[in-house]
Amino acid sequence: MSTQEQAVVHEHRDDIRSRMGMWLFLFSELLLFGGLFFMYSVYRYTHQQDFSIASKEMNTFLGTLNTVILLTSSLTMVLAIVAMQKGKRILSIFYQLVTIAFGLTFMVNKVIEWTHEFKEGNFPGSEVLSSRPPGQILYFGLYYSMVGLHGLHVLVGMTVIGFMTVYTIRNKITPENYVKLEAAGLYWHLVDIIWIFLFPLFYLIT
Amino acid sequence: MSGETLAVSNNGHEVSYLDYEGKHKGILGWLLSTDHKRIGILYLITIISFFAVGVTLGFLIRLELLTPEGTIVGPQVYNEFFTLHGIIMIFLVVVPVVPSVFGNFFLPILIGAKDVAFPRLNLLSWYLYIIGGAMLLLTIVLPGGAPDTGWTFYIPYSVRTGTNMIFTLTALFIVGFSSILTGVNFLSTIHRMRAPGMSWFKMPLFTWALYATSWIQVIVTPIVGITLLMVVIERVFHVGVFDPTLGGDPILFQHMFWMYSHPAVYIIIVPAMGVISEIIPVFSQRTIFGYKAIAYSSLGIALFGSLVWAHHMFATGISSTAEFVFSLLTFLVAIPSAIKVFNWTATLYKGSIKLDPPMLYALAFIFLFSIGGLTGIIQGALSVDIYLTDTYFIVGHIHYVVFGGTGFGLFAALHYWLPKMFGRMYNQKVAKSSFWAIFVGFNILYFPFFILGWMGMPRRSYHYLPQFQLYHVISTVGSWIMVTGILIMLINLLTSLLKGKKIEEQNIWGGETLEWKVSTPPTVENFEEIPNVVDGPYDYKQNEYAELEEEVK
Amino acid sequence: MEEIKTHDKKTHSYGIYVLVWLTLVALTGLTAAVAGINFGKFSILVAILIAVVKSYLVLTEFMHLKSEERVFRVFALVALLFIVISLTLLFSDYSSYVR
Repeated sequence: MSTQEQAVVHEHRDDIRSRMGMWLFLFSELLLFGGLFFMYSVYRYTHQQDFSIASKEMNTFLGTLNTVILLTSSLTMVLAIVAMQKGKRILSIFYQLVTIAFGLTFMVNKVIEWTHEFKEGNFPGSEVLSSRPPGQILYFGLYYSMVGLHGLHVLVGMTVIGFMTVYTIRNKITPENYVKLEAAGLYWHLVDIIWIFLFPLFYLIT
Repeated sequence: MSGETLAVSNNGHEVSYLDYEGKHKGILGWLLSTDHKRIGILYLITIISFFAVGVTLGFLIRLELLTPEGTIVGPQVYNEFFTLHGIIMIFLVVVPVVPSVFGNFFLPILIGAKDVAFPRLNLLSWYLYIIGGAMLLLTIVLPGGAPDTGWTFYIPYSVRTGTNMIFTLTALFIVGFSSILTGVNFLSTIHRMRAPGMSWFKMPLFTWALYATSWIQVIVTPIVGITLLMVVIERVFHVGVFDPTLGGDPILFQHMFWMYSHPAVYIIIVPAMGVISEIIPVFSQRTIFGYKAIAYSSLGIALFGSLVWAHHMFATGISSTAEFVFSLLTFLVAIPSAIKVFNWTATLYKGSIKLDPPMLYALAFIFLFSIGGLTGIIQGALSVDIYLTDTYFIVGHIHYVVFGGTGFGLFAALHYWLPKMFGRMYNQKVAKSSFWAIFVGFNILYFPFFILGWMGMPRRSYHYLPQFQLYHVISTVGSWIMVTGILIMLINLLTSLLKGKKIEEQNIWGGETLEWKVSTPPTVENFEEIPNVVDGPYDYKQNEYAELEEEVK
Repeated sequence: MEEIKTHDKKTHSYGIYVLVWLTLVALTGLTAAVAGINFGKFSILVAILIAVVKSYLVLTEFMHLKSEERVFRVFALVALLFIVISLTLLFSDYSSYVR
C-alpha cells in the first residue's frame, strides 16, 4: 500500500460502515449455527430420553473450564481494543497474544475431550456408536458437528487476531484507525456467544 | 483505488470505465478490478454462459419427452439432466443474476455513490461464485457423474446415490457464501453510502428491491448452507443427522432446505420486480403509482416469504397445525405481490406508453407473473395441493414465476440497461421480433404443463402414459420456438456490443433516476461530483410542468 | 459534520469490562451449579435463560451494541426475531410429533 493510497482510503473512511459490514456478516454466521440449533431443538424434543442419557457422559468440568477460558479471552480481546484506544500499542499487542493463547488452550482441551471419546470408540461411523439407540447417535452426531464447527471458528478467529497483531506491529492498526481490530473483536465475541449456548445444551441439560 | 483516482484526474475526468487502464492492463484489468461496474460485467458474462448451459439442458429434456419412452437419452442421463438444469438455473442463474449483474452495476450509481461499500469483498464474491460454478460443472466429467437427485437433494436419496453429491453440495455452499457476501455489501452500501439528499424514500424502487433481497440473502442463505454441509458431513463421516438408518428425520431436511429455498424464490423474483418498477414509469412517462406501497411491499415479501416454507411439504405428513398455519401464511404473501401488480397497472393508466423492447418485456412480466402467482395460490390451498403435489402443475408454476418473472425481468433489464452499460444500441426491430418469439414460445412450452399436471402427469418422470403425449409434443414444439427467440435475442445484443450504433446521450429512454444523469457509458468514478439529490426518482410531473411553462413562454 | 460522526471515539475504562467479565464467570458458575438440581421441565428453561443473559452482556458491553447507532440494534432484533419465529413455526409441526 503506498502512502498515497492510504491517504485516499482515509479520506473515504467510514468506521461505522466497516462495523456494519462485520455485524451483518455475523448475523449470517449466527444463522449458520441457528440452522444447527434448529436441528438440535427438534431432535432433543423427539428423543428426550436418549439425549438425557447421552449428555450425562459429557465431562462437565472440562466444559465449564472451557467456558471460563473463552469468556476470559473475550475480556482480553476487549481490553486489547481499549489499550489501543488509549494509545498503548505494546499493551494492546500483549492482550491480543493472550487472547490467542486462551483460544489455543480452549482447543487443547477440546482435543483432550475428543481423544477420550475416540478411545472409547464413541465416534461417528464407529461400531460402538452405531449400535446405540437412534437418539444417542443423533446426539453425538450433533455434538461432533456443532462443537467441531465451533472449533473451526475458534481457529479462524485465532488466525484473524494473529493477522491483527501483525498489523499492529507494522503500524497498520493505530490508535487513530483501529476498526480492523474492532471487527476481529466482534468476530471473536460471536464465537464466544455461540459457545455460551453450546455449553448448556451439550454439557448441562440432562 | 488511488491509482484510478489519479488516472482519472490526469485524463481530465472523462474516462469511461470500459477504456480505463489502471494498474493492470488487458484481461487482468478486468479480473483484478474492484470497480463495481467491471465486476457487474464479469458476472454478466459468467451468468449468461451458465444460462446457456441451462437452456441447452432444458432443450434436451423437452426433446427427450417428445415420445413416451426413451427418445435421445437413457433414464439415468435424463435424471442428471433435470437435476443439473434445476441446480444451474436456480443457484447459478436466477438467484444471483439481477442483483449481481445489474445490482452491482447500478446500485452505487442509483444512490449517487462511487462504488459499493466493500469493493474487494465484491470481487471475492465473484471468485467464489465461479469457483462454485466450475465445481458444479466438473461433476459432469468426474467419475460418478452429475448429481441425479433433483435440485432439492431430498434425503435419503442424496446420502445414498453414487453420483458426485459431495462435490455438488460443497459447490453450492461456496456459491451461497458468495451470495451472503454480496448481500452484506449491498446492505452496507445502501445504509452508509447514499448521496446527500438521497433519503430512503427518494431511492429508486430497484434499490428498495435490492435492499429487501439482500436481507433475505444474509438471513436465510446460511441455513441452507449448513443443511447442505451437514449432508456432506453425513456422507463423509457417517455422522447421524438426517439419514433415517442413523435415527435421522428426512422431513427435518425438507424443513431446513425449504427454510432457505422458499425465501430464495423471493431472492429470485423481488429484484426482477424492482427492474419492472423502474421500467414501467419510464415508458409510461408517469410517476409510479404508490411508491411507498411498492417499497414496503418488497419488505413485506421478504418478511412473509421467509415464513411460508412448509407449503412445499403438505404431502409429507406434517402436523395439521403446521398445514393450517403455513397455508394461511402462504395466502398472506400473495398480498404484497398483488400490491405491486396493481400499482404497476395503475401507473400505466393514462400514461403515454412507448412499446420499446424493455417495456414489452416488462408488460409480459406482469402477465406471466400473474399467471405464475395465481397458480401458486391454487397450490397454497391444502386440499388442492395434495392432489397437485409433484405433478407438472408445480413445474408449470415454477417456470411461470421464475422464467416468466425473473427470466423476463432479466431480458427487460438487458434491453433497458445494456445500451447504457456499453454505449451502443441494439437493433430494435430484431429485439421486438425476438421478444414475440420468446413470449409465444414460452406460453406454448409451459402452459400445457398446467393441463398435464391437472391430468396427473408426475414431474421428473422419464416414461409417461401415451395419453399425455399430445401435450408433451405441443410443449416441445414451444421449446423450439422459445430457444430460437432466445438465440436471436442474445445474438442481437452481442452484435450490438460490437457493431451497434454508438450513443453518446446520457438519457436514452427518458428516465429520471440517477443513472440517466451520468455519461454513457459511465466514467470510472461514476460522478465527477457527488450529486445533491433534490427530486424523487420518478418526478415526471415536474417535466410536464417545465414543458408547459416553456410552451406558455 | 458527517465526517466527525463516522470517526467516533468511544472512551471506555478497563474497569467496566472486568466487572462484566466477573458477572459472566459468576453466571457460568451458577448455571453449572443449578444443573445438578432437577427443576424438571424447567431445567432447560433455566439453562437457556442464563445463556441469554450472558450473551446479552457480551452483545451490549463487549460488542458495544449499547453505544452503536440505533440501526445496529434494529438489525440484531431482526435476526433474533427471525430465529424465534422460525423455531416456533418449525415446532408447529414437531409439537404434535407422531412420525
